[in-house]
Amino acid sequence: MPNLKDLKNRIASVKSTRKITKAMQMVAAAKLRRAQEAAEMSRPYTERFTAVMAGLASAAAGSDSAPKLLSGTGSDNVHLLVVMTSERGLCGGFNTNIAKLARAKATELKGAGKTVKILTVGKKGRDQLKRDFGDLFVGHVDMSEVKRLSYADAQGVAKDVLGRFDAGEFDVATIFFAQFQNVVTQIPTAQQIIPFAIPEDYESGETLYDYEPDEEAILADLLPRGVATAIFSGLLENGASEQGARMSAMDNATRNAGEMIDQLTIEYNRSRQAVITNELIEIISGAEAL
Amino acid sequence: MQFDLVSPERSLASMDATAVQIPGADGDMTIMADHAPTITTLRPGVLKVEAGGNTHEFVVTGGFAEIGTMGVSVLAEQAVARADMTQEQLDAMMDDAQDTYNRAKEAGMVDDAAKLMADMVAMGGEIGLSTKQPSL
Repeated sequence: MPNLKDLKNRIASVKSTRKITKAMQMVAAAKLRRAQEAAEMSRPYTERFTAVMAGLASAAAGSDSAPKLLSGTGSDNVHLLVVMTSERGLCGGFNTNIAKLARAKATELKGAGKTVKILTVGKKGRDQLKRDFGDLFVGHVDMSEVKRLSYADAQGVAKDVLGRFDAGEFDVATIFFAQFQNVVTQIPTAQQIIPFAIPEDYESGETLYDYEPDEEAILADLLPRGVATAIFSGLLENGASEQGARMSAMDNATRNAGEMIDQLTIEYNRSRQAVITNELIEIISGAEAL
Repeated sequence: MQFDLVSPERSLASMDATAVQIPGADGDMTIMADHAPTITTLRPGVLKVEAGGNTHEFVVTGGFAEIGTMGVSVLAEQAVARADMTQEQLDAMMDDAQDTYNRAKEAGMVDDAAKLMADMVAMGGEIGLSTKQPSL
């Protein structure tokens, strides 16, 4: 049986752990609110943008002169997987789930005889994929210096991706991120960004637009911006998901620590009583022996 | 006529406007109620909105404007109220344009990028800030 001193130390250490997890949970809750606000603020832009793009793209799809970002390079042999994860751990299964989805996709593509290249955004995903797919890494974007995600950060990633596309390094690009549902659920998602995929639920509206300059020029101008927009909204979703996942993970940890403290306290009290009883028995039996 | 100005990071303005002057890629255009539905790309420039007797001005770069039956929505990659525009921001935009130009030069397609820079310089002149000399 552990002695009293050990138990006491143990309780103190679990208590301080609980303090830390509690603080982390509260910080995550505050950050989550900000991340959610940021995601919501960007929604009008993303929705409008996607609607207009889808309209233009469905009109231009199939034509021979359609830009490569829309029609593709004509083959799908080389895939670029852009895996977006967080820079910090202690957020439950958040990074693991994204990495798992990317890993499944990479294995599937490799099995089908395709070439896979991986671009990682965020340290944690890189660490998790390094062992299996380290030789497929073509680049890494470090986000650890980014305090508050701005559109320029997404543009940086998009520039990197588009540069590689222009250089003919890949045919199809897919981004991996976690869609924020609520604090307990974040859905790991794969979204194809190059060539541009028209959303399945898209329905062309009634309005017939004039275009200035012509449709093709607008499309050529918008497609690269569309890549940045998709990456930006993915990163924002990721930001909210990360904080949500951290919040619920830390909530669990805090509760577990609480349970542990209760149990240890019971054990501590029991042994303390045992010691007292022992002492009493010694005194009484000593007194009786006289 | 409903007017919305949104950037990827936030919505900058949403108001009832009487006229909106948009710096379109092919030239400025002024939109009033019942304009024909049009989609136009933006060049760097100043967007003017007349609403309730006041004129609001925004500096916008990159993106497009959608003129529908209900009103105008402008989706700009960067949008700043003209009064909030600083020399640093303009310099950053100019650096960006120069960067685009340099890359276009390698690919041998300089026309669009050169126009982008020229527009940028013209915009700087209009809002009263000086731009760096573009190196072509």
